[in-house]
Amino acid sequence: MNPEPILSGDRRALARWLTALEAEQPEAQDLLATLYARAGRAHRVGVTGAPGSGKSTLVAALAKAWRARGQTVAVLAVDPSSPFSGGAILGDRVRMQALAGDPGVFIRSMASRGTLGGLAATTADLARALDAAGFDQVVIETVGAGQSEIDVARTAQTTIVIEAPGLGDDVQAIKAGILEIADILVVNKADQPGVEATVRALKSALELESAARVSGEAAPGWSVPVLTTVATAGDGIEIVIDALAAHRIQMQSSPIGQQREIQRLRRELEARLRQRVWQRVEARLAPDTLDLLAAQVHQRVIDLESAVKSVLASTHTHTE
Amino acid sequence: MKKIRVLIAKPGLDGHDRGAKVIARALRDAGMEVIYTGLRQTPEMVAEAALQEDVDAIGLSILSGAHLALTPRVLALMRANGQGDVPVFVGGIIPADDAEALRGLGVAAVFGPGTPMSAVVDAVARATARPADA
Repeated sequence: MNPEPILSGDRRALARWLTALEAEQPEAQDLLATLYARAGRAHRVGVTGAPGSGKSTLVAALAKAWRARGQTVAVLAVDPSSPFSGGAILGDRVRMQALAGDPGVFIRSMASRGTLGGLAATTADLARALDAAGFDQVVIETVGAGQSEIDVARTAQTTIVIEAPGLGDDVQAIKAGILEIADILVVNKADQPGVEATVRALKSALELESAARVSGEAAPGWSVPVLTTVATAGDGIEIVIDALAAHRIQMQSSPIGQQREIQRLRRELEARLRQRVWQRVEARLAPDTLDLLAAQVHQRVIDLESAVKSVLASTHTHTE
Repeated sequence: MKKIRVLIAKPGLDGHDRGAKVIARALRDAGMEVIYTGLRQTPEMVAEAALQEDVDAIGLSILSGAHLALTPRVLALMRANGQGDVPVFVGGIIPADDAEALRGLGVAAVFGPGTPMSAVVDAVARATARPADA
């Protein structure tokens, strides 16, 4: 693949590259390797939260505000694939129509394609590609997430967790997972009743969080702000933009911020290795091996652990 | 693995998107990834979404009677974007003569009321089949 059209702003070439990366085509991955040194200039911002909390609307409002400041914006919007058909309906563009016609904005919808955790397996690669293509802001919007869809924190430099009034009590807020990944908390739909109670619950959950934090991923000098927005009206958006910029500076200037980035890359490396090792094992198995073993486990001919060992033994003999 | 990606768009001013949503679900259930853009799209918005999303096919749902004005504009913009080879389908209330005219302009197929879902899914699947899939 030729990098020139992509670097000179050819949107068709960029779109085709993203498609090839999503299909994990080697030529597309080679191009990403070639351009990797150019990536790293964009601010990768993750946006996650429950379905209906207003993720897409907030992303659209943030993009408008960045554009007003002269920055270019790419959005990766992930929606779930159907576990039954493998198909998907990707509807995030519906809330982003106000961005249409602006050549400084590029929106790409992605289906999760069976990956749990709120993103697709290739989302990180597409984010790096958009970074390399020169966008100032790369926003990653997850599927509607609940309590464990935290992959976005492994891909973004700054993660916004968005809540809305009336979605749960303070016990929901202290459960493991989604609050721990928040660098910025946004309570959207702040014109709805119950917003004060939601802000209060989140603030007290954050206090518990920092009191209980042992090793701590958060950068020193950064306390997670709880901000309120009405994304449909654009209220509160400028403050979120400022908080994002402040967090980025904090992460770049502190050693702990750098350390956090390295930790993030280590986890990504590990996830990718796991996937590759599995693909190698799978490639060496006869197509019906797992079906036959499962049937044997079902009939209690062998147990699950023995089945695993027999697969590993049979694939290992061929390993270089 | 490459998935078939289809843009379902509603250009024009009519507010009835039930048909578009039913089609979107049928295509999803056939294993396709459907990008749905919502109501009241201009031809420019449709072409831009098709470009950014790098889709394999486009379905336009038009119930307003403006199909002869909107469709050629979408086709022209797509050609200008280098996507002239992407098949475009039109669904809606389209008189037979107009359907003929749309096909003459390069529309892959026109689906009127009562078209079986399986016919729509088959047509999109056939039009987007690549040599490697055969």
